[in-house]
Amino acid sequence: MSAVVKLHDIHKSFGSVEVLKGVSFEIAKGEVVAIIGRSGSGKSTALRCINRLETIQSGTLEVCGHRIDNEAVDLRALRQDVGMVFQSYNLFPHLTVEENITLAPRRVKKLANRDARALALESLQRVGLAEKIDAYPEQLSGGQQQRVAIARSLAMQPKVMLFDEVTSALDPQLTGEVLRVMETLARGGMTMVVVTHEMAFARRVANRVIFMHQGKVWETGPGDMLADPKTPELRDFISNGL
Amino acid sequence: MGGSFTVNHLIYLLQGMMWTVVLSALAFALGGVAGFGVMLMRTARTRLLRQISFVYVQLIQGTPLLIVLFVVYFGLGVVGIELPPLLAAGVSLMVYSSAFLGEIWRGCVEAVPRTQWEASECLALTRWQTLVDVILPQAARIATPPTVGFLVQVMKSTSLASVVGFVELTRAAQVVNNSLFTPFLVFGIAGVLYFALCYPLSRWSRSLERKLNVGRRQAA
Amino acid sequence: MKYNFDFASLQEYWPEFLRGALMTLEMTVIACVFGLVIGVLCAIGRRGKRKWLATLCGAYVEIVRNTPYLIQIFFIFFGLASAGLKLPIFAAAVLTMVFNVGAYTAEIVRAGMDTIHPGQIEAAEALGLSTPQIYWDVILRPSLERVYPSLSGQFVLMMLSSSVTSQISAEELTGVANSVQSESFRSFETFIVVAVLYFGMAMMLKFAFHLFGQAIFPRRRRLGTPL
Ligand SMILES: Nc1ncnc2c1ncn2[C@@H]1O[C@H](COP(=O)(O)OP(=O)(O)OP(=O)(O)O)[C@@H](O)[C@H]1O
Ligand SMILES: [Mg+2]
Repeated sequence: MSAVVKLHDIHKSFGSVEVLKGVSFEIAKGEVVAIIGRSGSGKSTALRCINRLETIQSGTLEVCGHRIDNEAVDLRALRQDVGMVFQSYNLFPHLTVEENITLAPRRVKKLANRDARALALESLQRVGLAEKIDAYPEQLSGGQQQRVAIARSLAMQPKVMLFDEVTSALDPQLTGEVLRVMETLARGGMTMVVVTHEMAFARRVANRVIFMHQGKVWETGPGDMLADPKTPELRDFISNGL
Repeated sequence: MGGSFTVNHLIYLLQGMMWTVVLSALAFALGGVAGFGVMLMRTARTRLLRQISFVYVQLIQGTPLLIVLFVVYFGLGVVGIELPPLLAAGVSLMVYSSAFLGEIWRGCVEAVPRTQWEASECLALTRWQTLVDVILPQAARIATPPTVGFLVQVMKSTSLASVVGFVELTRAAQVVNNSLFTPFLVFGIAGVLYFALCYPLSRWSRSLERKLNVGRRQAA
Repeated sequence: MKYNFDFASLQEYWPEFLRGALMTLEMTVIACVFGLVIGVLCAIGRRGKRKWLATLCGAYVEIVRNTPYLIQIFFIFFGLASAGLKLPIFAAAVLTMVFNVGAYTAEIVRAGMDTIHPGQIEAAEALGLSTPQIYWDVILRPSLERVYPSLSGQFVLMMLSSSVTSQISAEELTGVANSVQSESFRSFETFIVVAVLYFGMAMMLKFAFHLFGQAIFPRRRRLGTPL
């Protein structure tokens, strides 16, 4: 089984504050990994290192065959292979749903304009929002916006997808629709790294859970590990909630 | 004494006013192009470019336009380039506008949330593609009111071209006043003509800004 | 073609430059003080209940902001002279500056006053403060603190604009430059020197305003955050 994402001994600081203190893990093709942990434990930072939104101070990082810990990485090649969905959706407010989805394929992959609508439609069908193709982001609910953001990412046909607390900004009744889309993606074989506070989702969908604490991978194991925590920190985290 | 104000005087002033409009348009167009360059440099990733453009903006904004005008006028004359007054004034106003517009537009570009850059980056868009397709369309909305407001500034500033002998509205008024010696009347009329050019633009700028604020409040 | 710069021959004029620079600063300080007073009064007038006063103040602000300073100078200076009122040039120049900067100040101060929440005024009324007290303590002081950056920026711009008063032969820095260049035949160098002087003065003035702001706004000094 080949690893799609390999982190080895990653150190990352913001100024004098060390946020990641030697993080290592690997993610295999088709695997769904949930990263959990307290606020400030470095989950987002670790995720953002995977597609080089953050530069690291030391360690080795390999993603989809790209070595990305050195200076001279081809970031655009990397990012065509890695999709990312944010907590705050970050849709482009001045573009329609279709334009949001097809902008990158048209610009980066030189997709012909006449094929764009078909691609948008196909991506939207995967998130169950085909009827919103001509809407503007502000006309959509939060959950719908997040599903469009997922569709936008899917349209680039990434090999790995990163999700950073994508349901945290949503009302509880809207999180379900987004989680269902993610679950469908997972069942379809997509390699996914999911930073989440949704414990039920982590247990049910993830092949593996990584518990981060104080900038380190504290405990890792299958979803069941949440029912039987080994370290007191994880036990504490689970019983005290977020 | 030179007699009374006639229709011919008014026509002369209106001709001057036309040249004020021409010079304003020239200055605004040239200044807009150069200002776009300044904005690109101010937001560039290369530190040196940012520093150079910062110094440029500080220098121009810290020097009176009249002095910029003299430096351009005498400077180019001295190195042998004889500029007609229209061009000398146009170049000075271009330099002046580029610094101010560049700075206004930089503010608008930076007002677009950083996450929009990040999202574009994650979709493998280049920096230029991000700027053109994602950032500028959003920045343009915010930039319109202050840009129109600055156009008023440019229009008023063209009056300084009279100092190097370009016959726009202010110079025309001086010429008329020199023969009639009725300053309240002549400069009053000139003032009214300037007001007729500037006030609608000011109003427009303000209503654009109000609309923008209302839109923002609804989006929030 | 090669141009030989000759700054050396300007050395003998430095007392003149200094005198001009000092006069520019003097004019600026006077204009800012009176401009601030007029601006504040005008901003209050525009908010007040007397309709005619509000209209008058509004008209003043719009007229000044939508006509060139140079036209205002000619109108006031030559106009007053033709009406038989011959002011000394220094006084006339400062008068035009006050007239001009007062309107810009009024607009800035008004924007500041608009940010004061009505609840603040109601609270002050409930505490039994009189209208002048409310204006001073609850409206003006926080407004001025809030718009202080734009206000000081406007004053620096006024200092730069004062170069235009050279057109009615005021002997400030640009006026001095005009006579120096016609005597020395070194126009280009003269205006470069003067540009540098203005730039230095603008920086100095900015710094002075910064220090002044620290001195008069204790909240800003202690917390360092915008209000
Ligand atoms: N750009 C930044 N500059 C400085 N410090 C930062 C930056 N981004 C994150 N940090 C700090 O790094 C630490 C880890 O942040 P990170 O966002 O990775 O945490 P997290 O586990 O994702 O938390 P949360 O659940 O709140 O999202 C925090 O202490 C945060 O304050
Ligand atoms: Mg986070």
